[in-house]
Amino acid sequence: MTRISRLFEKLKAEKRCGMVAYLTAGDPSPAATPDLVAALERGGADLIELGVPFSDPIADGPVIQLAGDRALRAGTTLAKVLEIAREIRKRSEVPLLLFTYLNPALRYGFARLAADAKAAGIDGCLLTDASVEEAGEYVRVMREAGLDTVFLAAPTSTDRRLKLVAEYSSGFIYLVSRTGITGEQQTISDSALPLIERMRALTTLPLALGFGISTPEHVAALSGQVEAVVVGSAIVRQIEKDPAQLEGFMHSLTRPIAKTALS
Amino acid sequence: MTSQPDTGGHFGPYGGRYVPEVLMSPLEELELAYEAAKKDPAFHAELDKLLTTYAGRPTPLYFAEQLTKHLGGAKIYIKREDLLHTGAHKINNCIGQALLARRMGKHRVIAETGAGQHGVATATVCALFGFDCTVYMGEEDMRRQRLNVFRMRLLGAKVVPVTSGSRTLKDAISEAMRDWVTNVSTTHYLLGSALGAHPYPAMVRDFHRVIGLEAKQQFLKAEGRLPDVLIACVGGGSNAIGLFHPFIEDDGVKLVGVEAGGRGAGLGEHAARFAGGTPGVLQGTRSYLLQDDDGQIALTHSVSAGLDYASVGPEHAWLHDRSRAEYVSCSDADAIAAALVLSRKEGIIPALESAHAVAEAIRRAPSAAGQTFIVNLSGRGDKDIDIYRENLKELDAA
Repeated sequence: MTRISRLFEKLKAEKRCGMVAYLTAGDPSPAATPDLVAALERGGADLIELGVPFSDPIADGPVIQLAGDRALRAGTTLAKVLEIAREIRKRSEVPLLLFTYLNPALRYGFARLAADAKAAGIDGCLLTDASVEEAGEYVRVMREAGLDTVFLAAPTSTDRRLKLVAEYSSGFIYLVSRTGITGEQQTISDSALPLIERMRALTTLPLALGFGISTPEHVAALSGQVEAVVVGSAIVRQIEKDPAQLEGFMHSLTRPIAKTALS
Repeated sequence: MTSQPDTGGHFGPYGGRYVPEVLMSPLEELELAYEAAKKDPAFHAELDKLLTTYAGRPTPLYFAEQLTKHLGGAKIYIKREDLLHTGAHKINNCIGQALLARRMGKHRVIAETGAGQHGVATATVCALFGFDCTVYMGEEDMRRQRLNVFRMRLLGAKVVPVTSGSRTLKDAISEAMRDWVTNVSTTHYLLGSALGAHPYPAMVRDFHRVIGLEAKQQFLKAEGRLPDVLIACVGGGSNAIGLFHPFIEDDGVKLVGVEAGGRGAGLGEHAARFAGGTPGVLQGTRSYLLQDDDGQIALTHSVSAGLDYASVGPEHAWLHDRSRAEYVSCSDADAIAAALVLSRKEGIIPALESAHAVAEAIRRAPSAAGQTFIVNLSGRGDKDIDIYRENLKELDAA
């Protein structure tokens, strides 16, 4: 069992919704990331998505695109992100999910990635553009190494596709709240709740909802609906604006959770 | 091989469908709509009518007698896609996809463009069909293809500058994909090359197969046999696959694709994917890629915006690995020199992209006496006059 599965068991026991925090590893520099992760953890993050920058991030909005550019310019590679993970593991047991696109993983080699990621203390992996149809070998190799494979489910996914996503996912399923790219928004899309219901009918895996969640109000509204919420662009923007206030910012987003228990 | 791709959109190990989950169901829908249209005689009747009466098909297969004499070897025929409405082969695919978008009830069309030829062809069909049209174009390409930017705006399209990455075709595709992810219910993404996730590579190829089908018939009529060599430039590879595809089973016909050799052999100096690339996944498909050791996509360079792309259509990757087609490259300088030769010998000013194919014909012809070539002249050179002027300053001084 990975740290991810243990986390969701713990959240269930505590009747608490988890907070998944995304940051682009290596932004503004690889050396800065472990401290930023520690700040997120102190602010109440339960699981960290370590974004591995990719030159052509088709699923990302401008905030994460620019963070990726900064990280690449600072010399961040997939190998470097695994070093960062080892650094984080020296002082923390927070579950770590690698979050990237397929090509850097392909180039690194699935088998080598699975072994090196496991050794670095990574718990699972999400590749944004790896559709379930193309993911057979990737899932097999990752699972054999004891890593979780998390896939995205979207409001546009048919029930047939949601079943496949559930079958290929382990640890949890990442629900995309809306049709769109990553980025903050004013209100959470109406498409989120029907997706949660449809997915719930097809799986017993924990569900995490992300894309567009950026305010305490969003968190308060959603934390009773899913096992975890994911915040990405808002964190990346805070790191860009004022990394010293990251812990406080994270805390402002996790505070509304304590008041809500998943039914 | 003509049955490629398989049901998952694979050409051997290439192709497939690698996109965020949000786009998977829309791509399945597009595939179903296209399969239904393919079987519908009314769709083909309308497509043929527009290709004939609006786009100007069939295009001539022209025997380039002066060029042939000048080179003193192979007999060179030119397939005149440059004579089509909007000045390039791109309109074949745009008419096909516009008809499909209308069948699917989409009112908004988006596209990417490199040289601007696909953007102009998209803006044209959107004007014709009454679609709202947005074209994404790299800022660098907007600068070097100013005339086409204005043509698109004249046709009523919105042209959005893309300022990320290398500010060229690759970044325009990423931005178009982001728009599509966001607006997928109302919007058709009219992808302009035989690239991207399934069904695009096969669908775009099918809409351009008319090039090869016509050329085959025209050549048989002129020469009573099949040609020895087909030559076409390869950016994404739509004009090349359109010409090649009807000849793939004809083993005696050599297929030659010409990539952009740019200004040197180092990574970042060219767009010769088969010379300097390795297989990987970019923008929905698995194919040869120019990338670094970390799997980051490399910058590319070509004087020709239409060939300036880090990946190549997956069917070309498969033709390459099976040695069914040969891929060579041509430098910026050789392409410009070839454009001058074709202009002076035949009175035809080629697009910079097509000039790469002409250059390969010029290179091969002298030692190929007794052979026959078909060169695909995929576009005309009006859009490139500024670049030709910059590179042929001596003509302005005369």
